[in-house]
Amino acid sequence: MTEPKNRIDVRYVAELARIEIAPEAFAKLERDMENIVGYIEQLSELDVTGIEPTAHASMLVNVERDDVAKTPYPREVMLKNAPAVLNGETIKVPQVLPGEGMN
Amino acid sequence: MSTTKENWAGRPIAELARALNSGAASASELMASVLDNIAARDGAIKAFLEIDAEKLRKLAAEADARRAAGKALSPYDGIPVGIKDCIATEGERLSCASKILKTVVSPYDATAVARLKAKGFIPTGRLNMDEFAMGSSCENSAYQKTANPWDTERVPGGSSGGSAAAVAGELVPAALGSDTGGSIRQPASFCGVVGLKPTYGRVSRFGLVAFASSLDQIGPMTHTVEDAAILLDAIHGGDEKDSTSLPGRKEEFLDAVKSAGAETLKGLRLGVPNEYFHAEGMSAEVREVMDATLDALKKAGAEPVEISLPHTKYAVAVYYIIATAEASANLARFDGIRYGVRQEAKDLVSGYFASRGAGFGDEVKRRILLGTYVLSSGYYDAYYLRAQKVRTLIRKDFEEAFKRCDLLVTPVAPNVAFKFGEKSHDPLAMYLSDIFTIALNLAGNCGISVPAGLGRESGMPVGVQLIAPALGEAGLLKAARAYELLRGPFPKK
Repeated sequence: MTEPKNRIDVRYVAELARIEIAPEAFAKLERDMENIVGYIEQLSELDVTGIEPTAHASMLVNVERDDVAKTPYPREVMLKNAPAVLNGETIKVPQVLPGEGMN
Repeated sequence: MSTTKENWAGRPIAELARALNSGAASASELMASVLDNIAARDGAIKAFLEIDAEKLRKLAAEADARRAAGKALSPYDGIPVGIKDCIATEGERLSCASKILKTVVSPYDATAVARLKAKGFIPTGRLNMDEFAMGSSCENSAYQKTANPWDTERVPGGSSGGSAAAVAGELVPAALGSDTGGSIRQPASFCGVVGLKPTYGRVSRFGLVAFASSLDQIGPMTHTVEDAAILLDAIHGGDEKDSTSLPGRKEEFLDAVKSAGAETLKGLRLGVPNEYFHAEGMSAEVREVMDATLDALKKAGAEPVEISLPHTKYAVAVYYIIATAEASANLARFDGIRYGVRQEAKDLVSGYFASRGAGFGDEVKRRILLGTYVLSSGYYDAYYLRAQKVRTLIRKDFEEAFKRCDLLVTPVAPNVAFKFGEKSHDPLAMYLSDIFTIALNLAGNCGISVPAGLGRESGMPVGVQLIAPALGEAGLLKAARAYELLRGPFPKK
């Protein structure tokens, strides 16, 4: 394996993605990602001047549907999967701002 | 409960429909055969994550009652179809083989599942997969490793490995899978079953947990091409719940398959892409099966046309930028707040880190991080935008090719099913094995994997891939059926 030219700061990327990574997992993750990014670097050898990007395989443009209000699922059904519920009505979430008292 | 003698669970759907409608079998007997086979064999195969026997017996009895009353929903009323664990069935768990969704029960049916039910098909159990459909071997499931029924030391392929193994192992007559970069066709090839990736937009993605939204597509995994057509007839069509689904609906696929015969292949222009047949790393036994298949097709009157897809070598790179970028956005919703498993933490943001850190497996983390990286400030143009441009070049390669031929014929994978652990230590090596399947997803074509032969060395199944332009399923299935007739019966495991 050749030395990858891209160093990736996995700690920073994990911060952006909001994923906790075990400290002992960083080394392998860094190696894997640098290998993969080293591989995808080959795209830089192509001249893509003037080529339109393809965002989608779909043949459709601008799909609209009627502006009709619907209430498809009852609240209790949608709340069933919530890890914590308050008064059977709302999803209970952890404290939003750190450091302040709650409850 | 009567004991069943007939092995209904291992029969094609078309045959089961005949048995049901002639009175040779009841839906309850079909379901009993499925449950018996799962009890006897799934301990070794481990295709199913969950099966609710009592509920399934009840659904089968209801189908029998409808048929007895002359109110069968279709000729298929009461036929069990296995469902990959990323496709929603109302009242069933929907975990994507991930720990983070361990507790989730779907409040609704995916449109594909609702359409199966409308014809009386019975969604049967949850089939194992690579976590969030990320992988090519099913080894990335958080719950269990599914074995290939042909050789339990080998992987079934992925990500729809549970679906392929369940059909090949005769646990269920057919199944639904999903295909983002080959996840239906590659496990179909590895397990010796038929796997169809429809045109992007052909089948509604509503209720399919999103991995890469511009590539994902649900499709059937079956014993025969005819069965694939029956299921595509059932599940396809426009859906107001998925704005990328193609409007309209016409059940034409079974008719197309039934019109196939020896004459179908005469004069059919089959594009043979240079880059695929001269790819590095294709094993000798896969090459042998491919050569024999091309030879047989030629003798049957098909006209091979040598074509070139010059940007093939960039497809894997483009895919692993676009798919990971889309995944990093799609999987942002799994944060332990509204559903799924939450890790308790002192505040909201540290809760996100903890829930996602504990809930996602290694490969999912790696892909989210890669996607986050390629989209991050300073890299977007170099990676993501450039990949989208090369995607255009790949799409144009296919457009050019289809000016000169009706279908393409290619291998599905460079190798037969590999052994557990053989590739799992090296993610890049695993990604490279998708080389023959992913370009099709990027371009939005449809493709099918049909069992073509057994590897001389390994004795494992090898599939051939037929590719048609977007919306070409009728012609694709017809030609695939004609090839199947030419090939003759495929050995069963």
